[in-house]
Amino acid sequence: MVVLPLTGNYAVAWAVKRARVKVIAAYPITPQTTIVEKLSEMVENGELDAKMIRVESEHSALAAVYGAAIAGARAFTATSSHGLLYMHEVLWWVSASRVPLVMAIVTRAIGPPWNIWTDHSDLLDQRDTGWIISMAESNQEAFDLTLQAFKITEDDRVNLPMIVGLDAFILSHTTAPVDVLEQEDVDRWLPERKQLYVIDPNNRFSLGNIASPKDYMMFRYDIEKAMDNARRVILEVDREYGKVFGREYGGLVECYKCSDAKYTVVAMGAWAGDAKEAIDILRDNGYAVGVLRIRFIRPLPVNEILNYLSGMKGVIVLDRSVSFGAGGQLFTEVSSILASRGRPPAMKGVIAGLGGVDVSYSEIKDIVLKFINEVEDQGWFIKRQEWFMPYEYSFKDYG
Amino acid sequence: MALNVRLVPDKKYIRPGDAACPGCPEALGLRYLGMALGDKAVLVVPAGCSAVIQGIIPRNAFHFPTVNIVFAAGASTAAGMAAAYEVLGKDAIVVVWAGDGGTADIGFASLSGAAERNDNILYICVDNEAYMNTGIQRSSLTPYGAWTTTTWTGKKEHKKDLPLIMISHKVPYVATASIAYPHDFIAKLKRAASIKGFKYIHLHAPCPVGWKFDADKTVHVAKLAIETGMWVLFEYYNGRFSISPPSRPYIDKSKRKPVIEYLKLQGRFRGLSKDDIERIEKYIDDTWSWYVLLEKWSNMGKDISRLIERQ
Ligand SMILES: Cc1ncc(C[n+]2csc(CCOP(=O)(O)OP(=O)(O)O)c2C)c(N)n1
Ligand code: SF4
Repeated sequence: MVVLPLTGNYAVAWAVKRARVKVIAAYPITPQTTIVEKLSEMVENGELDAKMIRVESEHSALAAVYGAAIAGARAFTATSSHGLLYMHEVLWWVSASRVPLVMAIVTRAIGPPWNIWTDHSDLLDQRDTGWIISMAESNQEAFDLTLQAFKITEDDRVNLPMIVGLDAFILSHTTAPVDVLEQEDVDRWLPERKQLYVIDPNNRFSLGNIASPKDYMMFRYDIEKAMDNARRVILEVDREYGKVFGREYGGLVECYKCSDAKYTVVAMGAWAGDAKEAIDILRDNGYAVGVLRIRFIRPLPVNEILNYLSGMKGVIVLDRSVSFGAGGQLFTEVSSILASRGRPPAMKGVIAGLGGVDVSYSEIKDIVLKFINEVEDQGWFIKRQEWFMPYEYSFKDYG
Repeated sequence: MALNVRLVPDKKYIRPGDAACPGCPEALGLRYLGMALGDKAVLVVPAGCSAVIQGIIPRNAFHFPTVNIVFAAGASTAAGMAAAYEVLGKDAIVVVWAGDGGTADIGFASLSGAAERNDNILYICVDNEAYMNTGIQRSSLTPYGAWTTTTWTGKKEHKKDLPLIMISHKVPYVATASIAYPHDFIAKLKRAASIKGFKYIHLHAPCPVGWKFDADKTVHVAKLAIETGMWVLFEYYNGRFSISPPSRPYIDKSKRKPVIEYLKLQGRFRGLSKDDIERIEKYIDDTWSWYVLLEKWSNMGKDISRLIERQ
């Protein structure tokens, strides 16, 4: 155990160092910047034996680490918000190339107007790209997920890239104690890089030339299969990590007091911690409530959501993002899974905290309590979208 | 830059059955690339005709290890590969093979970035002067007066001088080449491959489909581009700018063939007026006086990358 006071961003940089990444490329954007600054420092003072490519854009950042990855090197990049959107086409190219690669996303709102604070729109905009997508709740988890990401992506049942998300400022720039492990222990746990293929003069391999529609569809099917395999691999890696290093999170989701609950709050990212506090207060007041924290949005934790939530009386989903015209993304996904097994629990989707609007544990407590009261008074209902508005702290409904 | 043909490998790097149109300059250029670089080349191919020429999975007509990549990411992908080969201690020449659109337009930022960082790659712009793969649309390298499907009455702007722009990045090596002069091209490829850092070769590649000439005239048209002075072969190396042997005779304007001989073979120039032709002639004269001046300055020991910047 080596415990250091680290911001979320520095925790990610430490995990990259511990994984002995060989090539890093990145472009500055708040609030991701300090990850790259730290890594540059580590490379320049010889702490980390890697090449740092100081690219001229995020599009190039992801393309460069992709080039490094197919050439056989463990590679890493990080970005946020507009940088991530600028990369978007390359994300698809990377996953369909079936190459292990790890990227940290410090989640940040999208403009206009310019806003550097957290919400999850940038991250969730990548849901369909074929990347494994995770979200940390704490600095320690940001470290652990980043390190695990190398093992998960390089597993020969997976060969897909992975995003590790962490909330802007709440994690990225807030210092907390982080166990960065001993290098020798990590070396023993994380094998040398493995991948499906390497492209170099000794490997006459061609990637990405035109395919017939039938072959194309077969490749797509393989990605879906790999995503399915990733469910098992994520769980295995989480358990093994727990055995070796003493921290296990539960795999694709974390169930916090949800096993014996009647009502459950679903949330993702740092504010799940606030939701836990809210739930503790409600429990003290006699309410049987819990939190199901989504750790991985891709692959979607279908079985976990069914197992933990289908017997609930009510499920309230907190979304820190919105798909305009549809509602919160987590709500859409969770409700569709629950609806696949008969009548779902009473449900409500709450959209809150966009663009970094602060939502405290006591506000979450109020939101949850309101939902419980509504269900107890009116009986079963499904409300797709309710916005928790700033200023008046009131609720606004949309079908 | 003498080149002994017997020393060129006879191994074929473009296999029979490629999907190029008859008379394709890109397929021709790739053959020379194989002859020059042999088994050490790894190709990065952004969207464009050369992505299609390879044929259909599971087959590939290229006998190079090849990475196809999104349109704007030729240079950046190559930069990452070169970095990985260096840290992993692998011997390889990373070659970007990109069209004029992938180079001068959408890929320009990533090209400029890689050049400025002096990434260890060899970037080849295969210039057929339009977006051919999407059906002949204008690019910033389409010449003045040329018809394309987005310039129906002829392009109103001149081609941008990308090789000079690359020199102003102060990279170790920049050259122009033509598919009609394989010896010159191969020698330049070999020289470039021997240099560590960023190398840029701009290959003039007349396309029968997009320029509207007969498919058996590709080399003829390419040669006329040199003989009329429309395209100039030069090399910038060790800070020295020199006009290459095939182009040297045309420093003397009287030796140049009238540009109309080049233009009249190509359907894309059918709509040119007398005025337009005069403008093209003036463009040729201006280009030449500029290049001759660069050679002179360079012979005086000046760092011409600085001079170009200030122009
Ligand atoms: C981001 C993006 N925009 C547009 C395209 C469509 N596209 C594919 S190839 C091409 C033109 C290629 O032109 P050029 O680079 O000159 O190469 P050529 O086909 O002439 O060899 C275009 C516009 C694309 N693949 N990606
Ligand atoms: S359009 Fe021109 S460059 Fe493209 S494949 Fe055909 S001949 Fe070659």
